Amino acid sequence: MDIVSQLQRQFIDYSASLHHEQGFVDDQFTQLQKLQDENSPDFVVEVASLFFEDCEKLINNMARALEQQQGVDFKQVDASVHQLKGSSSSIGAVRVKNVCISFRSFCEAQNREGWSNSFLQQVDQLNNIHVILW
Amino acid sequence: MGMAAESQFHVLAVDDSIIDRKLIERLLKTSSYQVTTVDSGSKALEFLGLHEDDTTNPSTPCVSPNNHQEVEVNLVITDYCMPGMTGYDLLKKIKESSSLRDIPVVIMSSENVPSRISRCLEEGAEEFFLKPVRLSDLNKLRPHLMKTKSKDQHQKQEKQEEKSAFQSPKQQQQEKEEHQQQQQASNNKRKAIEEGLSPERTRPRYNGITTVV
Repeated sequence: MDIVSQLQRQFIDYSASLHHEQGFVDDQFTQLQKLQDENSPDFVVEVASLFFEDCEKLINNMARALEQQQGVDFKQVDASVHQLKGSSSSIGAVRVKNVCISFRSFCEAQNREGWSNSFLQQVDQLNNIHVILW
Repeated sequence: MGMAAESQFHVLAVDDSIIDRKLIERLLKTSSYQVTTVDSGSKALEFLGLHEDDTTNPSTPCVSPNNHQEVEVNLVITDYCMPGMTGYDLLKKIKESSSLRDIPVVIMSSENVPSRISRCLEEGAEEFFLKPVRLSDLNKLRPHLMKTKSKDQHQKQEKQEEKSAFQSPKQQQQEKEEHQQQQQASNNKRKAIEEGLSPERTRPRYNGITTVV
């Protein structure tokens, strides 16, 4: 049990260092790792889990708002993007955060096409992070 | 019960994002603070023992008579952007309440908007942190908490005297002695701090702000 969690932690550290170089996560992720200790050994895993749940929920919200036949509610989309930007910033998922920032300009321009295309790209990116971190 | 020996500060953290709540909780615990987290301004006010329309009466029916709060809160740290009651609204309500206005309030925000920052500081916020909040930001909290602590000691001493009927004479004497000792130690400091505090804080304080590019 102990060895498993040690290995788990090593794996997270290793993959996190890859990310740092590849640019998936930034220094904030390192800060989170520093906050993990014997008192809270699963902190990073817990926060990461919360982030993915949050992501799923928010992306579903956005997708639903985008699918609206009668007209996209960009305010709703913007609100979800804002939340996702906040969460990704807190966890250090810098690519997600940057995409959120450009998303918001799409919302402002009410550019549905541009939104949809990079939206799909972004889902791919998130899947990458998901796979690597787990 | 245990009023004299409080070595840990209790911080109330308010944020609608579960991730940020988890993060701030960990940061605060790492800094050896006791933490309670809530997900909205209204829950924060509830926890502080303040009802929506209750701004002047410190003794609300459901809490003990001499302490307006069930649990003492030494600092409130809140997110700015929240649905319903924003962090700014919460700050205002706290500062408007006679029972809560001495509690230091810190605002956090993911957005670096100078007008927002100055508005919060003018309303009485002690600090404004940009998210994501770091451990180094939390180090800035200590002076604000120490300031409240010595003020609290003085108020507690007064309440202690009122409360004498409820305690055995010996217990009362012990607590009084402890209070007096602490009072002596912090008396000079308290004076210095009070002189330093001007009623209108017009100078902008941009502590703990890093511009995010």
